[in-house]
Amino acid sequence: MLYSESMRMALTALLANKLRSLLTMLGIIIGVGAVIAMISVGMGVRKNVTDSIASLGSNMLVIMPGSANRGGVRSAAGSTITLKYDDAEAIRKRVRNIDYVSPTVSGSYQIVYGNQNWNSSVTGVTPDYMSIQSLKVQSGSFITESDMSKRNRVAVIGTTVASNLFGTENPVGKNIRVNNAPYKIIGVLAAKGQSSMGRDQDDVVIIPLTTAQERMLGITYVQSINVQVASQDKMEQAQSEIETLLRQRHRITGGKEDDFTVRNLTSLMETMSQTTGMITLLLGSIAGISLIVGGIGIMNIMMVSVTERTREIGIRKALGATFRNIMMQFLIESVVISVIGGMIGIILGCAASMAISVVGDFSTVITIAPILISFFFSVGIGLFFGIYPARKAAKLDPIEALRYE
Amino acid sequence: MGMTEKRHETIELKGIKKLYRMGDQEVAALAGIDLVIHQGEFAALMGPSGSGKSTLMNILGCLDRPTTGSYKLDGEEVAHLSDDKLAVTRNKKIGFVFQNFNLLSRISALENVALPLVYAGVGGKERKERALHYLDSVGLADRADHQPNELSGGQRQRVAIARALVNDPHIIMADEPTGNLDTKSTKEIMEIFERMHSLGRTIILVTHEPEIAACASRQLLVRDGLITKDAGKGVVMDVV
Repeated sequence: MLYSESMRMALTALLANKLRSLLTMLGIIIGVGAVIAMISVGMGVRKNVTDSIASLGSNMLVIMPGSANRGGVRSAAGSTITLKYDDAEAIRKRVRNIDYVSPTVSGSYQIVYGNQNWNSSVTGVTPDYMSIQSLKVQSGSFITESDMSKRNRVAVIGTTVASNLFGTENPVGKNIRVNNAPYKIIGVLAAKGQSSMGRDQDDVVIIPLTTAQERMLGITYVQSINVQVASQDKMEQAQSEIETLLRQRHRITGGKEDDFTVRNLTSLMETMSQTTGMITLLLGSIAGISLIVGGIGIMNIMMVSVTERTREIGIRKALGATFRNIMMQFLIESVVISVIGGMIGIILGCAASMAISVVGDFSTVITIAPILISFFFSVGIGLFFGIYPARKAAKLDPIEALRYE
Repeated sequence: MGMTEKRHETIELKGIKKLYRMGDQEVAALAGIDLVIHQGEFAALMGPSGSGKSTLMNILGCLDRPTTGSYKLDGEEVAHLSDDKLAVTRNKKIGFVFQNFNLLSRISALENVALPLVYAGVGGKERKERALHYLDSVGLADRADHQPNELSGGQRQRVAIARALVNDPHIIMADEPTGNLDTKSTKEIMEIFERMHSLGRTIILVTHEPEIAACASRQLLVRDGLITKDAGKGVVMDVV
């Protein structure tokens, strides 16, 4: 017997009981929809977290001064002033497989232009900062080595600062006052938008590190050193070399505690993506349970259907239907329920996921994998839970079935 | 020179026994039946309830298997075939007409008639043509698209007869085909059977009404699992 014929029989049978077929499908619709919506939420969380870590720079090591320890009372990390610009230079020169080294200091100041003022964070950086943070200059230029060595009072500003102080005017070449000292604007950064942590990445003022240390903050240390390693697999080697080098430079020997910490963003990223992966799996499997419940619903209805149609089965068998014919008819029926339910579930799941991202102001990620997996899973459920009722139908004795009232 | 000479033996039963176990006892529904039915015969099978008539009918219709014995249908041994082979045999060699019509209620008369062809693997277009041809032969071509519940009892039975004929079977098994019909429809249906007989079809008719059985060319009486009388046309047998 032809498959198309079995398909037609199945559709006829399903259309004969529209409401019942729909209610049976509902289990699968909710199951598949929930799996897709939940996984897209989980993947959205994962993407947000990994993006925010990646936006800090890839293959990045962050060196922070250690916490001050006075008589066993420890202050917050960064509370000591042990890191120097020379440390950064030493790392650049002596550690292998390093692309960029960027020491920074920062403070928050009022910035004034004409009758406008704006509060922003002012960061002192070296030219490497641009590469390490993947910044682009929209107009003008970035801080140069010469600005560094001359301690020039020059500044590069973000678009938020530019629009707040200058409106539509071109800021390049203008003078602003930072902490009452004049700085000449040499460039405007291209907009980067909001970071996934919610910080406005365009609300920045960047000046040469030396200028910031000596002319603005009056300090000799740096607050952090960002190091970009050439590749992912060189991270551990670079990290251990930096640690050795800094211990040596800071004259820390034996079992004494480091006065600095080297943070590895990769391990952070791995932990975070592991955690979010677990969340996704958890959400997905909870939704998956509803799929199985939906499958049991199909089985339940198919059992009822087989009993109800005992006489029909008897007639078909008397007319020459084989075991396989009857088996196929009922199996296709349950698969059709699950396939149609699965497709509606996919549409609803995607719609729900989009609705969550619109209403919840939270980006969800729909990928093809959970769609395909949940679809084929629902087909599998239709098959699995359809086999028993279909076998029951196919095994009916034609004489008994014909006698059934 | 009898009518049956040289005729092909469509059904040949030898020592057919059907035993049922009831508790410790073994009950014989059929106690060893020998029977030959030739091609083109119109045989009426009669007998009181409990006589084994239904069991014999089921075995003849390949719906059931005998416990022992041999059943040659059109020369082929079918007594101990598997379920699926029996299904194929029913599909190809036997057309059923039931007392309560046994049409599928959700599909049209035409689709009902075409159903055996679906299981015979005949393509859609040819199915429709053949089904329409046989519907026409029972005078219902204009009712092809009607569902069974839109037809009268007599019309439903005619659809069922068309369905029994559609795969051109060796024998037609009719189980009380007029049991649920009024006098007028009964007459119509019996006329169709007689016409089929005159066209050379082999018909086995199960009935308990002597008047219906009298239409057949041969009458068989089953009692206590055996054929106790075998008579020609026109004899009105006393079933009880």
